[in-house]
Amino acid sequence: METKFRESIAKAVHDPNLTGALGRFSEAYRTSRQKAYEGYDFEALRTQIAQRKSYAAAHLDELAELFTRSAEARGTKVFRTNDPAKVREYILNLARANGVKSVVKSKSMASEEIHLNQHLEAAGIEVGETDLGEWIIQLAGQTPSHMVMPAIHMTKEEVATIFNEQVEEGQKPDIPKLVKFARGKLRTKFLKAEMGITGANIAVAETGTIVIVTNEGNARLVTTLPKIHVAIVGIEKLMEKFDDVVPVLTALPKSATAQLLTSYVSMISGPVPNTDGTPKQLHIILMDNRRTEMSQDPKFKQAMQCIRCASCLNVCPVFRLVGGHVFGKVYTGGIGTILTAWFDALKAADDIQSLCIQCGNCTEVCPGKIDIPGLILELRRRLAVEKGQPLVQKAIFSVVNNRKLFHTMLRAAYVMQKPVQKGSFIRHLPFFLSDMTEFRSLPAIAEAPLRDTIKKIKQPACEEKIAFYAGCLIDFAYPEMGESLVKIMNKAGIEVLFPEGQTCCGAPARYSGAYETAAQNASDNINALLAKDVSYVVSACPTCTVTLKHDFISTFESLGQTDAVPRARQLADKVIDFSSLVKKLVDAGRLQFKEGQKLGKITYHDSCHLKRTLHASQEPRELLTKAGYEITEMFEADMCCGMGGSYSLKLPEISAPILERKLVNIKKTGAPLVVMDCPGCVMQIRGGLDKQNSGIQGQHVEVQHTVQRLVDQLK
Amino acid sequence: MDAVFETFKLRAEAVSAEVHRFPHKKEALDFVLSYLNGAGVSAAPQSYAVWASCPFLEGMDREKISAGMPGLVFDVNREVSAVAKVGISQLDWAIANTGTLVQDAAPVDQRLVSTLPSIHIALVRSDRLVPDLPSLLAKIRPERTNYISFITGPSRTADIERVLTIGVHGPEKLVIVFFDLSSDELESVN
Repeated sequence: METKFRESIAKAVHDPNLTGALGRFSEAYRTSRQKAYEGYDFEALRTQIAQRKSYAAAHLDELAELFTRSAEARGTKVFRTNDPAKVREYILNLARANGVKSVVKSKSMASEEIHLNQHLEAAGIEVGETDLGEWIIQLAGQTPSHMVMPAIHMTKEEVATIFNEQVEEGQKPDIPKLVKFARGKLRTKFLKAEMGITGANIAVAETGTIVIVTNEGNARLVTTLPKIHVAIVGIEKLMEKFDDVVPVLTALPKSATAQLLTSYVSMISGPVPNTDGTPKQLHIILMDNRRTEMSQDPKFKQAMQCIRCASCLNVCPVFRLVGGHVFGKVYTGGIGTILTAWFDALKAADDIQSLCIQCGNCTEVCPGKIDIPGLILELRRRLAVEKGQPLVQKAIFSVVNNRKLFHTMLRAAYVMQKPVQKGSFIRHLPFFLSDMTEFRSLPAIAEAPLRDTIKKIKQPACEEKIAFYAGCLIDFAYPEMGESLVKIMNKAGIEVLFPEGQTCCGAPARYSGAYETAAQNASDNINALLAKDVSYVVSACPTCTVTLKHDFISTFESLGQTDAVPRARQLADKVIDFSSLVKKLVDAGRLQFKEGQKLGKITYHDSCHLKRTLHASQEPRELLTKAGYEITEMFEADMCCGMGGSYSLKLPEISAPILERKLVNIKKTGAPLVVMDCPGCVMQIRGGLDKQNSGIQGQHVEVQHTVQRLVDQLK
Repeated sequence: MDAVFETFKLRAEAVSAEVHRFPHKKEALDFVLSYLNGAGVSAAPQSYAVWASCPFLEGMDREKISAGMPGLVFDVNREVSAVAKVGISQLDWAIANTGTLVQDAAPVDQRLVSTLPSIHIALVRSDRLVPDLPSLLAKIRPERTNYISFITGPSRTADIERVLTIGVHGPEKLVIVFFDLSSDELESVN
């Protein structure tokens, strides 16, 4: 990671204006978005959008031709090019030929993408951004920090200062007055401009129509007052039929700003009369800039389904902390990382792809149904292939994958940790490792790993057998979780096998882009877990469960190792997470809770993979309630805790403030106990609370895995 | 119809528009004129009212109307619109579940009066109210006109600190005036 990048993260997370404004917005966004979609079937709507946009992506050439024919038949000039330089040249020539001295623009990410303003200004043409946010950042000499809200990182005081310095003295930090001031100043620009430049949100091929969505009304003025209108349209905006407008126009305002519809929508299908009666010159530029190439990539063609609503930014636990400038490019956030890799260069996404914590929040809200975290992993994989794995990482994986060696090293660590261990925690690590324990304590390595202790448990001989996949954390740090799981299964008349050949699930390798290593892990585990005939393969770690159930298959597919896929599927069919299995057993009457237990108030934290990939959020809640607990829901219960596997080690400066928010939300419930289904979350949250408690006086909250809370409540 | 209208009113008011409904054109006209009076319209820059040509005005004596309302201009152009306080136009359709008005805005006067002045009075026939976006898009076709405008409430921004502020580039006030047509009138227009 570049030092410059790390510095920009540090700067962002310590900027209270940025984190305050973004944090407030993103906290309010979830509720207001939900309200905007009331009465709509979001799944059906986004399925429709994904289908129609993917159809368009698969027929780009055809649709671009159809659009050109339809628009030109109405008197529009259409220019199609793959090259950003040609777009700039076309506009510049047009401006020169018509003696244009002044241009007004409404918001266009496509024009930002090709740095149009700088080129026009260098040619002596005055360019005025008219979207208020865009104008502010233009005056400040910055790039947009958010696709929909470009100046969200600035306070009214900063805006007033910029106006005072760049436009006119005497502006006070009063929002309505600042807006009025901008209205007056920009009105003059609108009236004198000879050319108006816009983007477009949809381009309908069959009718040659562009659809422009705004709230301020600037696009209406840009397309009305100047005699020339140029629309720069990225070809991902093409859709086949006028009817396709319905789903996009239904979703876009709701997903972008939680509005039912924006204040203005303009549908332009040809030149209209100017204010002096002459016909307007209408030029539509269909810009490719590697979009066709993207649409032909088997993985990334999905990204063409984006409608540029930026909801992936709004729900992202990382974006709300760092904002857009950390991305260093025009497009920001999850989808921005992907677009940057294509429209700029794969290498340009090298640092920023590491920001994704893989929590999956964005996949739940994306109206284009894009698997953004999946595509970011694919970027990571391609980057790793291109530049090779870092040596340290290679060394770590070779140790992790050699269970015997890993064992020995951890045992050595167990002995070495004695001087720094306090109870069951490591609070401070020496030297270069100190970053890892700066914001949370790490769990102490267990004296004996589960793979040893499990042999000592006397299990009844049962007909039904299941295999238990422990995963590193339960095996080496929290063996008691595994022991509890065995007890519960025994109560249901099931014997638990611990296949010795199991190794790391490979998630750390996969999430680092090291797919070859991940594939080796997959093969080893498949062999171990399918060796004996069992009814289920259960895991009490949702990340491991997801890896076993979904990622093995996708890792093999990514590497073209199709031979390995059938066995991976065979395993996937047997894999189940702990709470879902217990729920099945309770429903089948094979497990019964003790009656009349009143165990008091708790709160429940949803782990990312359990909720969003395995779709189990009610199961643990139902079990805990049946056990006798009373659940008080915390704010944003399903927001990531900041662990993200090795993420918290790679980017502790982001992981720490995410955890901090989680701890605040837990404590606000007043519950003395927070329960969750993931040992990784337990490690992060327990460690964070321990760190707080070990410092100043804190409200004491206990952190437990569901398995620990159920074991004594079942008959 | 009334339930649909109530939905429209609720949605439009939720985005800061003002909604009125009158049983005849006559009452609608009286309302508009008294509104212009109340808004201080007069024959001076920044105080004009510009009224774009529309079916509503057909059969009305414009000279007589403007004689009684100094500052009200029917001959709309860029210059007078830029110094007008109120713009008046008729919109073709209304969508209930979003509180939206829709019009064929290819004639430039329709856009001048609804973008430049700070108040926009939008007249719309009550029988042109449809429930939602799909039913509207089934009625309009871009082949028939080069510029279709959708208007939902006044111009707004939240670009500074996410604080909602009304009236940035377009009107800061949107006054929607529905008028009902009698069955005879409906027959003659349809």
